[in-house]
Amino acid sequence: MDDGLQSWGRYPTAQQSLLRLRDRFAPLPAFDGHALPRGNGRSYGDVCLDDGGTLLDVRGLDRFIDFDPATGVLRCEAGMLLGTILELLVPRGWFLPVVPGTCFVTVGGAIANDVHGKNHHAVGSFSCHVQCFELLRSDGTRRVCSLNENADWFAATVGGLGLTGLITWVELQLRPVAGAWFDTETRRFDRLDDFFELSETSARSFEYTVAWVDCTTRGSALGRGVFSRANHCAAPPTAKLPREGRLRMPVVSPFSLVNGPTLRVFNWQHFHRAPKTLQQSPQHYRPWLFPLDGIRDWNRMYGPRGFLQYQCVLPPAVARDGMRELLERIAASGQGSFLAVLKQFGAIVSPGLLSFPRPGTTLALDFANRGRVTFELLDRLDDIVVAAGGAVYPAKDARMSGERFRTYFPAWRQFEAFIDPAFSSGFWRRVMQ
Amino acid sequence: MNGRRILIVGATSAIAEATARLYAVRGDALFLVARDARRVQAVAEDLRVRGAASVQTGTLDVADFAAHADTIESACAALGGLDIVLIAHGTLPDQSRCESDTDLALREFAINGTATIALASRIARKLEAQGSGTLAVISSVAGDRGRASNYLYGSAKAAVSAYLSGLRQRLSAPDINVLTIKPGFVDTPMTAAFRKGALWAKPEQIARGIVRAIDRRRGVVYLPWFWRPIMFTIRAIPESLFRRIRL
Ligand SMILES: Cc1cc2nc3c(=O)[nH]c(=O)nc-3n(C[C@H](O)[C@H](O)[C@H](O)COP(=O)(O)OP(=O)(O)OC[C@H]3O[C@@H](n4cnc5c(N)ncnc54)[C@H](O)[C@@H]3O)c2cc1C
Ligand SMILES: NC(=O)c1ccc[n+]([C@@H]2O[C@H](COP(=O)([O-])OP(=O)(O)OC[C@H]3O[C@@H](n4cnc5c(N)ncnc54)[C@H](OP(=O)(O)O)[C@@H]3O)[C@@H](O)[C@H]2O)c1
Repeated sequence: MDDGLQSWGRYPTAQQSLLRLRDRFAPLPAFDGHALPRGNGRSYGDVCLDDGGTLLDVRGLDRFIDFDPATGVLRCEAGMLLGTILELLVPRGWFLPVVPGTCFVTVGGAIANDVHGKNHHAVGSFSCHVQCFELLRSDGTRRVCSLNENADWFAATVGGLGLTGLITWVELQLRPVAGAWFDTETRRFDRLDDFFELSETSARSFEYTVAWVDCTTRGSALGRGVFSRANHCAAPPTAKLPREGRLRMPVVSPFSLVNGPTLRVFNWQHFHRAPKTLQQSPQHYRPWLFPLDGIRDWNRMYGPRGFLQYQCVLPPAVARDGMRELLERIAASGQGSFLAVLKQFGAIVSPGLLSFPRPGTTLALDFANRGRVTFELLDRLDDIVVAAGGAVYPAKDARMSGERFRTYFPAWRQFEAFIDPAFSSGFWRRVMQ
Repeated sequence: MNGRRILIVGATSAIAEATARLYAVRGDALFLVARDARRVQAVAEDLRVRGAASVQTGTLDVADFAAHADTIESACAALGGLDIVLIAHGTLPDQSRCESDTDLALREFAINGTATIALASRIARKLEAQGSGTLAVISSVAGDRGRASNYLYGSAKAAVSAYLSGLRQRLSAPDINVLTIKPGFVDTPMTAAFRKGALWAKPEQIARGIVRAIDRRRGVVYLPWFWRPIMFTIRAIPESLFRRIRL
């Protein structure tokens, strides 16, 4: 059962109580010590944990407030799941401008981590499309924040990791679409350089681009992978609706199913099954945007110790060399995951003080938690990221050092002034050490 | 089936709200009654976006018996008739406080028992006059047998269940149906203080069961279904044994 007490990576563990919110007009409930808003717990590390404190569960604030079918402006409560919005409004011709790789996240969580999607190069991060929201502080004050009104609070709260107060409702600008489908094109590529070329040639005419990369190969096959690009489209004439994912990882595996041998076999297959030249196919938005949502509770396959996800971005000038170095390190370690994702971010500036998306190349992958060897590897990856002037994504982090965080996010000093005195998180206490 | 006219009393309840969403998606017209005007308004806004043909609201504290008739009249007038009525309000009284405070016990009985019966009897007359419609009332498995831990609540729900059973017999017109809904443990604000185990259901799951039972014109529904055999067993325990166990 989802008791709300772990994050998606199932590492670290934390002891905290949970208070459920259902009324957006009510003041925050009373709690002892510190508290933290909690969305759907799809962050991997400890940005959504508050050991020794109280989680304010926002999922009961899941009401629509208003939708204008003429303009596509949607107002809803902050606990609304992105998947619910799509389910209701895609048939009416509207789509969320930005979605992460799972639809099981709340609007409030998407803002607090200023999430990005496969279309970052075209439309920027989630918060670029947030018109305004209401921020409720523990002292009872409420502020409507936008680029024009309380703009400093807007910039602090967007990407603000839940620390500036609780978002009660949100107003979003949706985008019109012809249907629930995507025109996708996929091909494999043999070298890392090909990824950069494909991304560059696709950026202008494809709104969505992303690549899977084989993190087990070295030498001449280093950075080989599968590139995909897509645009929204109407339902194709022969469209068959995908079935709702019924698969589920029923229990926590007693050991990690992701290990050296399974990793190499999976990655080899995944690469060799992909077409050599561009192959077109229409795909419904669910399997194309949220492939992992087809298997519920897939995070349990990493066993009782959970896993760590690592996502970094490297600036454009050093991205090629830096990525090569990162992949070399990972392949040499024999750790890594089935799903390593590469993506080019675009130049649109993210509006948050602590927003992660910035121009450059981003790499994201999971590591089964094998204790010290895993943490050491990630520290070495951090060395490369720091040297390149890049950053690591807090939403997916459970271990970066405070010193590194403050290097990646120099605006933390300005940000501090906006933190709600009654709010805190495991992440924040860790990186302020 | 859509475009039906639906009245919900206690519409800010978690179970009622989840049920109302299913009707909204079908494009039905709703009239929501609850005691908190601002919160029922928030529920109404949500249902409009989800696709309800129309949503209107009224406020009522069900303990205010004198206001029942007017509320039902205005809902009837606003909707132009009633196809489905769901009575969902309720409280979970503190049993031990009810033992030391009889006035409290009677007030709680009034909300969960008498008020529900009063509303049901007025609505039954409306449905009789129309010659059609469904009255669905949330009772509880707790009404199937009094237990030490919550027999004040249980006795109020037992009164409701018995009343509905008689009403169902009396209203034998083919287009009228009376449904008694008996949920087991449901994870809602009412039970926020309880530790949740394997027998607990989510309000969305109960809501789907309610809509299905109304569509199929059932008389009594246990939700989830496994409460029927559980309660059958509990009812079958002889009183001589039952008095010595703690449930
Ligand atoms: C399979 C998978 C794929 C993913 N893919 C991507 C991706 O492509 N891009 C990407 O950017 N991320 C991705 N993520 C990460 C995920 O999108 C983010 O972690 C997201 O923020 C999770 O939202 P949540 O509702 O689960 O919030 P939680 O994880 O519960 O909380 C996240 C943060 O938001 C804060 N918060 C939540 N609600 C509120 C509120 N109402 N007011 C104030 N603060 C609040 C919390 O305090 C916390 O700091 C992925 C995650 C998974 C599991
Ligand atoms: N949860 C369970 O385990 C369970 C099990 C069996 C049966 N039930 C029954 O299911 C029904 C719905 O309850 P729920 O679980 O959804 O809990 P809930 O969310 O707490 O809903 C209870 C509702 O009753 C309303 N209410 C209480 N007193 C009222 C009054 N005097 N006048 C008007 N409205 C009043 C409340 O209004 P406010 O919102 O204004 O407080 C609230 O909307 C109840 O009849 C309950 O007895 C519940």
